[in-house]
Amino acid sequence: MSEALAGAADAPQESPAPAASTSDALRVEHVAKSFGGVTALRDVNLRLGRGEVLGLIGDNGAGKSTLIKTICGFHQPDAGRIFVVGEEVALRSVDHARSVGIDCVYQDLALVNELSVFHNMFLNREKVRWPLLNNRAMRKLARQHLASMGLNIPDVNAEVAKLSGGQRQAIAVARSVYSDARILLLDEPLAAMGAKEGTQILDLIRDLKAGGKVSVIIIAHNYAQALDVCDRVNVLQHGQITFDKRRADTSVEELTELMVAEYRASRAARPPAV
Amino acid sequence: MSETVEVTQRPAPEQQPAPANGSRRVLSLLSDAFLRRREASILLVAVGLMIYFQFSKSNYLSKSNLINLGQSTGPIAIVAVGIVLLLVAGEIDLSVGMVFAFAPFLMHFAIDFYSVPVIPGILLALLISAGIGFINGFIVVKLRVPSFVTTLGSFYALQGIVLLTSHAYPAEVPKAAEGHIRTWLGAGNWAEISWCLVIVALFHVVLTRTRWGLHTIAVGGNLLGATEAGIKVSRIKIGNFMITSALGAFAGIMEAFRVHTIDPNLGGGTQIPFTAISAAVIGGTALAGGSGTMIGALLGMFVLAELQDGFNLIGFNANGIFLITGLAILASMIANQYLSRLRRTGRA
Repeated sequence: MSEALAGAADAPQESPAPAASTSDALRVEHVAKSFGGVTALRDVNLRLGRGEVLGLIGDNGAGKSTLIKTICGFHQPDAGRIFVVGEEVALRSVDHARSVGIDCVYQDLALVNELSVFHNMFLNREKVRWPLLNNRAMRKLARQHLASMGLNIPDVNAEVAKLSGGQRQAIAVARSVYSDARILLLDEPLAAMGAKEGTQILDLIRDLKAGGKVSVIIIAHNYAQALDVCDRVNVLQHGQITFDKRRADTSVEELTELMVAEYRASRAARPPAV
Repeated sequence: MSETVEVTQRPAPEQQPAPANGSRRVLSLLSDAFLRRREASILLVAVGLMIYFQFSKSNYLSKSNLINLGQSTGPIAIVAVGIVLLLVAGEIDLSVGMVFAFAPFLMHFAIDFYSVPVIPGILLALLISAGIGFINGFIVVKLRVPSFVTTLGSFYALQGIVLLTSHAYPAEVPKAAEGHIRTWLGAGNWAEISWCLVIVALFHVVLTRTRWGLHTIAVGGNLLGATEAGIKVSRIKIGNFMITSALGAFAGIMEAFRVHTIDPNLGGGTQIPFTAISAAVIGGTALAGGSGTMIGALLGMFVLAELQDGFNLIGFNANGIFLITGLAILASMIANQYLSRLRRTGRA
């Protein structure tokens, strides 16, 4: 991250124009996924440019979480293909996805309340001096890394349970960035967060973008605030991407109208209640 | 867990007592450490009981009585080590009480019927017991049966196997094991408590300082989160079931050596897991998963042993021990709730 920040000054990245597909950080083609009789993803096509921040919005039950979990290897798709930097990958597991540079910060925060900040930051990637954990090294690296991201976590020894929602989210993001994620999926990064904390997280994402090494997909329910940092916006409805525009070409109003139109249509299709 | 560990080891510059009001700072530091360290309160109880019983009966701290205390603490504290691992991982094992009784028979069958040499025979018994733990873990993790029900089932299944294979008769300790092996593995005055201390120390390190321990805490603290972080949850859970069974088997074999007979009722069935769970809970391990302490469990077992032994010596009605145990469990759980709230809010 520190070198990413350093690089930001001389190479500010404009919102990247859609380019040749091989340069895409991530491409999802015709991905489908069902659970029993329920179709969560019908036919998803999605593209994420390098260094791009893509906003993915959609109503409850549109399939956002399923899509995220499919991209990061938690679910295996029933059909379709996934390309990472032009190369097709069949993601077998979260570990496998991580090994090709895809990492996800989940809505239900994969932090363990009972563990310290630094243990959480290194969860399942612990520094070990066999047979023992190298706590000293992890503590030091965690402090350095959090500071380099400009995050103010007073005590890396503190139990995560004692931190605020924003601090927890920040730690979860910092953890992913630390693991050299090239494609970062943020599931509801602003959920359960105050305005100030939300701004901090968005600043964090801006810094990542400025670094140019990480491409980000933000899944947001409350998109008004998140839209600020996005280069492009996709809307997921009924398991399909139904809308794809550059941030500059759309507005909060248009997106709201889109979401509400869906509701109106479904209402119109129903016989009126008496 | 990490909290209780880190606090003592971290050189915290901001907490250096100022020279001026040094003694007061030290005092508040001590009380703070006391609040934070779950084992502290149970240690206080253990020492308090010791002083009380010594004053009311001067032979309480005699060598022979200390041997008694060691023998009643050792085997069950070893079982409690496994129980703590499982409780931290969010599971439980009731069947370990029957593994305790079954393992000496496994050793006896191997050595006396299949002419396996003594040490390999013992190792074989431990291995088969670990296999029983594997079956428990497999049913819990892969077939998704709650561990309470799974191990309730395997408890009775094992009891049946013990009674069928032994024809409900005790057997003699294998001749080949008499002598040094029997002395070192249980019959010696200090054998059981020594093994117990080694095992508690070992697993204290495992729980607080190794990846295995960290992942066990993670699995019990946030199962979904641990899975999403890529931790092999099944491996951790099944592994801890195997460790618990193997520890139960080892404790059972030592106990059989000590009492010098292989009894199908060794340990009294449910009494072993119930006492071990009590020790863990009194020592400060929550049933909710995600936190626990080995040293606390050892102290918890020691307190239970002290009570039983002390009441015997002063001639208190032995039946009252159950009342005391029950109240101790409730009191320690209520104190735990209170203390953890105190830890979470500001104070710590």
